Amino acid sequence: MDQTISKTARMIKHLEAVNRILKKNNFDKARLIPILQAVQEEYKFLSKDIISYVATSLGIPPARVYGVATFYAHFTLEPKGKYLIRLCDGTACHVKASIPILEALRKRLGVTQENPTTGDMLFTVETVSCLGACGLAPVLVINDEVHGQVTPEHALELLEKIIEKEKNAVADELTKEVAQ
Amino acid sequence: MKINNTVKINGIDVEIGDEKNLLELIRKAGIEIPTFCYHSELSVYGACRLCIVEVDGKGIMASCSTAPEPGMVIHTDTKEIREFRKINVELLLANHDRECPTCPKSSHCALQDLGRRLGVEKVRFKENPKSVEIDMSSPSLTRDPNKCVLCGDCVRVCKEVQGIGAIDFANRGSKSCVAPAFNDNLANVECVNCGQCAAVCPTGAIIPRQDAEKVWDAIYDKDKIVVAQIAPAVRVALGEYFGIEPGANVAGKLVKAMKIMGFDLVFDTSFTADMTIFEEATEFIDRFKKADKLPLITSCCPAWVKFAEIYFPELLHNISTCKSPQQMFGSVAKKVLPAQTGIKRENIVVVSVMPCTAKKFEATLPKFKTDGIPDVDHVITTVEIGRMINSMGIKFNDLEPEAFDMPMGFATGGGVIFGATGGVMEAALRYAVEKVEGKKLKNVDFKAVRGMEKIKEAEIDVAGTKINVAVVNGLVAAREVATQIAQGKSKYHFVEVMACPGGCIAGGGQPGMADLKVRQMRAQGLYQSDKNMQLQKSQDNYLVEECYKENFEGCPGSHAAHHALHTHYKNRSQIFDAKVPVIRGTEKNSVPIIVTICANREDCPGHNLLARVVKYVKDNGWENKVNIDAAFSSRQGPDAPICVTVGDEVLDSCVFRNPMNTEEEIRNRCEFESVRKAMDACLKT
Repeated sequence: MDQTISKTARMIKHLEAVNRILKKNNFDKARLIPILQAVQEEYKFLSKDIISYVATSLGIPPARVYGVATFYAHFTLEPKGKYLIRLCDGTACHVKASIPILEALRKRLGVTQENPTTGDMLFTVETVSCLGACGLAPVLVINDEVHGQVTPEHALELLEKIIEKEKNAVADELTKEVAQ
Repeated sequence: MKINNTVKINGIDVEIGDEKNLLELIRKAGIEIPTFCYHSELSVYGACRLCIVEVDGKGIMASCSTAPEPGMVIHTDTKEIREFRKINVELLLANHDRECPTCPKSSHCALQDLGRRLGVEKVRFKENPKSVEIDMSSPSLTRDPNKCVLCGDCVRVCKEVQGIGAIDFANRGSKSCVAPAFNDNLANVECVNCGQCAAVCPTGAIIPRQDAEKVWDAIYDKDKIVVAQIAPAVRVALGEYFGIEPGANVAGKLVKAMKIMGFDLVFDTSFTADMTIFEEATEFIDRFKKADKLPLITSCCPAWVKFAEIYFPELLHNISTCKSPQQMFGSVAKKVLPAQTGIKRENIVVVSVMPCTAKKFEATLPKFKTDGIPDVDHVITTVEIGRMINSMGIKFNDLEPEAFDMPMGFATGGGVIFGATGGVMEAALRYAVEKVEGKKLKNVDFKAVRGMEKIKEAEIDVAGTKINVAVVNGLVAAREVATQIAQGKSKYHFVEVMACPGGCIAGGGQPGMADLKVRQMRAQGLYQSDKNMQLQKSQDNYLVEECYKENFEGCPGSHAAHHALHTHYKNRSQIFDAKVPVIRGTEKNSVPIIVTICANREDCPGHNLLARVVKYVKDNGWENKVNIDAAFSSRQGPDAPICVTVGDEVLDSCVFRNPMNTEEEIRNRCEFESVRKAMDACLKT
């Protein structure tokens, strides 16, 4: 009995953020896009469940919300890695050899254009058309951190640093658990 | 002083009336500008760019989205415009699967027609094959995205006329498509199968499911007796397929054609429509006397029934339990014919000819099977029967009319007007008023319920008592009325709902997109037939009465009648809510139990209720017999979450229909006892 209650309570917790967002936007149909933006910010991606939930809460057909979510490149229906790596492949970056960087990253992480996220959900590698920082070409953005004039070697270095950091974090966690 | 209120169209002065846009004005002036995405009853979309005209001083503009202004000088056809239109059609064709000869829409396709009209002789662009999988999931409709030209007509009719929005645009740029949510199959979403999308689709991207081949197979099978029923609305629209004007009753020709094709018996669905009136009006009188479960809402329209099952499960007990005339026919035919003719039940094939795509869905429902055999085997649309007649080379227009077979070919006017909005109500009133007053009804016309308005109301005086009735067509209007009923604000006692605008006469299986004028002509055709019939009141159908004597214990509402002619409904709500599975049974027919939990409050009593349900299931060892889900919802208002459903039953006592104020109220509403009773009823064998 307690198990069931805690399971459903967890779901309510999970939905807490979307409820807050809906309420903040007054359940206003016209504010669908800001609502989806906020939801994605919170959950990192738009899941089927959440899209349906937002749609029925606002009284919009789910097909329409799905249409909006698939129209804008900003929205993603697939879960993304903890570290979102976006490599600029606009004209300037492309000319300054962004593709070798992309290839190096993909090779190191074992991802492709079709499957851009690593199995451990740590990294997602994407290209974007232009970040507007052509003076720094080629540009690489990891989450919100911008790196300019990147080379494949430099990019891999950044990557290794993160991998190392994550390894340590996992180890810390384990030690903590053992100590407890 | 005379105000100049004219525009010049191709050099001719045309007066501006109440036209909303240039396109309508130009069409009024007798020039049929080509369009794809324009429908007078839908919002203006301006996507196809075929209605372009040149306005002096303004240049080339889309006439559908330009308001007429006095003094405008308009040219509808210049060298440039001609070129543009041609190129636009060419571009659409480049993106279109051009397997025209094998397309069921061929020869009725607007794209094909415009290509020919505008003289497109060659598509200069490289073919861009999409090869997206064809969606055959729905028994009613087939969706072939490879043929879609993205005009958006289906999207708008679904949203604006039916208020559903089961399909919409998805993706962007070259990947744009029209799709259900999550690119799912049509059968898995909230589509109610009304087929209005197929009616407006200019190409073969959405068409009624084609079932004619199965009918030919049955005809050619020597062991089978093929029994047909023809719905009322078919007879006033089929003629259009053969160039006859809308509203002309071609029932006699159709019977003849079907006999030539090899149908063994051809009956009239109006016979069981009369029978529906016997049952439904009796049901109404009974409920009205007891003031129980009012308003009674009609159940003839399977698209409306599914709509209610999805959006208004709390109103399911208001819907008449009568089967639709199609299903009554199936039940009666397969019960009566074997007894009369000695032919085995499994060798009788019932084929319905319907104006409707939702009827195809209805016939497949498991509840309409007896011993595993469907009561209605195949359903074909008006257009499909037209194509079958053509494929055999029958000259339809030259046929001598033939009468329906007896006894199930005998109908009254009451049964025939079922095909138009208001018809079921009028036939029911003819029955109910006469029965209650106990004297012959002299004036059988209830004109207040006729006509094409979305919602019609009438107050009928029956033996000094006032009965309030409403007649609704189109599901946007149905939602409005159903919401009032759900909120307890409705004054009606009896409500008729038909999903399609104007009723069955404009069903998804009828030829072409019927505009208001065509709908009126078809409805007029039915009312004229009513007048021409020997009898107008369903209760005077003595062959129905005889059928009751022989098979249903003599009268409507009897035990036998209930068994054969009535049905029950399924709660289909919450298909899209956020859900968490709690228990998954292993048995095939596991009973679904859904507890809705209010996601806005952490202390929602739903948690507790769910936990008690789970405990009760475990205590009884039913874990493998149930599928328990927790559904989370934040909805408020009339379509607020249903707290608990067990099987198909919505537990009234647990409906959060109004906001709950006190803790005590919450406890009472979420009472476990009623859930336990429902579970016992479902699971204790």
